[in-house]
Amino acid sequence: MKAVFFSNISKIVVIAAAAGLLGGCATSGNPKDPIEGFNRAMFGFNEGLDKVIIKPVATGYEAVLPRPIQTGVANFFSNIADLMIGVNNLLQGKPGQAASDAGRVLVNSTMGFLGLIDVASSMGMEKHVEDVGQTFGRWGMSDGAYVVLPIFGPRTARDTLGLAFDVYTDPVGHVDHIPTRNVLLVTRVISDRAELLKADRIIEEAALDKYSYVRDAYLQRRRSLIHDGNPPRELDGSAEQEGDNKMAQAGESAQPAPTQTAMRR
Amino acid sequence: MRFIAFILAGASLLLPAGAQAQETAPDALVKNVTTEVLEIIRTDKDIKAGNTQRVIDLVEKKVLPHFNFTRMTALAVGKDWRQASPAQQKILTDEFRDLLVRTYSNALTAYKNETVEYRPFKMQTGETDVTVRTQIHQPGARQPIALDYSLEKNGNGWKVYDVVVAGVSLVTNYRSSFATEIRNGGIDGLIKTLKAKNSSLEASTRK
Repeated sequence: MKAVFFSNISKIVVIAAAAGLLGGCATSGNPKDPIEGFNRAMFGFNEGLDKVIIKPVATGYEAVLPRPIQTGVANFFSNIADLMIGVNNLLQGKPGQAASDAGRVLVNSTMGFLGLIDVASSMGMEKHVEDVGQTFGRWGMSDGAYVVLPIFGPRTARDTLGLAFDVYTDPVGHVDHIPTRNVLLVTRVISDRAELLKADRIIEEAALDKYSYVRDAYLQRRRSLIHDGNPPRELDGSAEQEGDNKMAQAGESAQPAPTQTAMRR
Repeated sequence: MRFIAFILAGASLLLPAGAQAQETAPDALVKNVTTEVLEIIRTDKDIKAGNTQRVIDLVEKKVLPHFNFTRMTALAVGKDWRQASPAQQKILTDEFRDLLVRTYSNALTAYKNETVEYRPFKMQTGETDVTVRTQIHQPGARQPIALDYSLEKNGNGWKVYDVVVAGVSLVTNYRSSFATEIRNGGIDGLIKTLKAKNSSLEASTRK
């Protein structure tokens, strides 16, 4: 398992290095996206992969499987995820929410038949969305540069680091029976993708430039998630611009710090 | 003569809508409009048969009067808004409205069968800027999608000036791509891009 972790880390380091090299030649002026040239290329690669493999499979999955089964599959993975969501809530200093997440796992794993039915939500225990990237954000780590990872898609430097921890602590990744683990991992990707099929056309038609639409949506969404759905308002355009530059500068200077934090953990 | 009749007709259309909106609380407004529009989308034969234009017409008739598109466009354009002449602001608003109406119509059609939950709404007396929170429950999804409406009170009652889906503002999400367009081709460049986008979408609807 350690090996998997380190190979993931080394992959990220390689990507970051490659991104850094390519970054020099691609400038479009967005302070949050210094390696836009690399990112656009990777975005194109992911789009191709999605178009050829992931989306067709997800479309078939959605068309063939009855709705209750799809819900059961989504609930099953949601229940597994609740475990680490609870841990992250605890790390973010939200013991109440963490307790609720633990309660969800307890209720759904038993009364909900191994998580297939989300009994907890109907009992009023709300589902939360947390991950290590958000926890780092809560602790004050800035986003850093926007980066499009192969397969995983949009992240920021901070969320890439968070993702490494998410992958390492993912219970599905720790299933010892390798074929079972692989089936579970693939099914989860397909189930997640099927959830987003309806949004495809909306994004396609709404975006002037799909790459920047997806990027800006990702950054907004993360900002909202870190503040649990209540991010501070940023209404005045000119004020925001200044804030962005400050944030970008802070992001650069703060970059060694996240690594140190990670090493200490 | 015809001109006066036109003005009178226009005024009579505006009056009841304005008076009605002024009395409706923002959360009730969102709920009423959503319920009414979804009901029509779920039952209308042409819409069920895939007639996109009909959804757009419906949104323009029922939803559009409750939106403040000038404010939305100003928010999306950001600081460059002040650079634009009143005439440019008017064209930008019209084009951006068409794009948003289409996006919103697509979203309504795609999610018409999901259940909408209205989150508890609290408002202080005298408040003029509020957020009405709803959640879309999608079967087969891990968690509901948050759909929030920001409303502002002015002379004509409450008007929506932002729609936020899962933390993403459908309005400010355009800010950086608008800024890029303006940097490359000025305000007129942005207008040109928006017009081209709208006419290509319109062409694909007609097909």
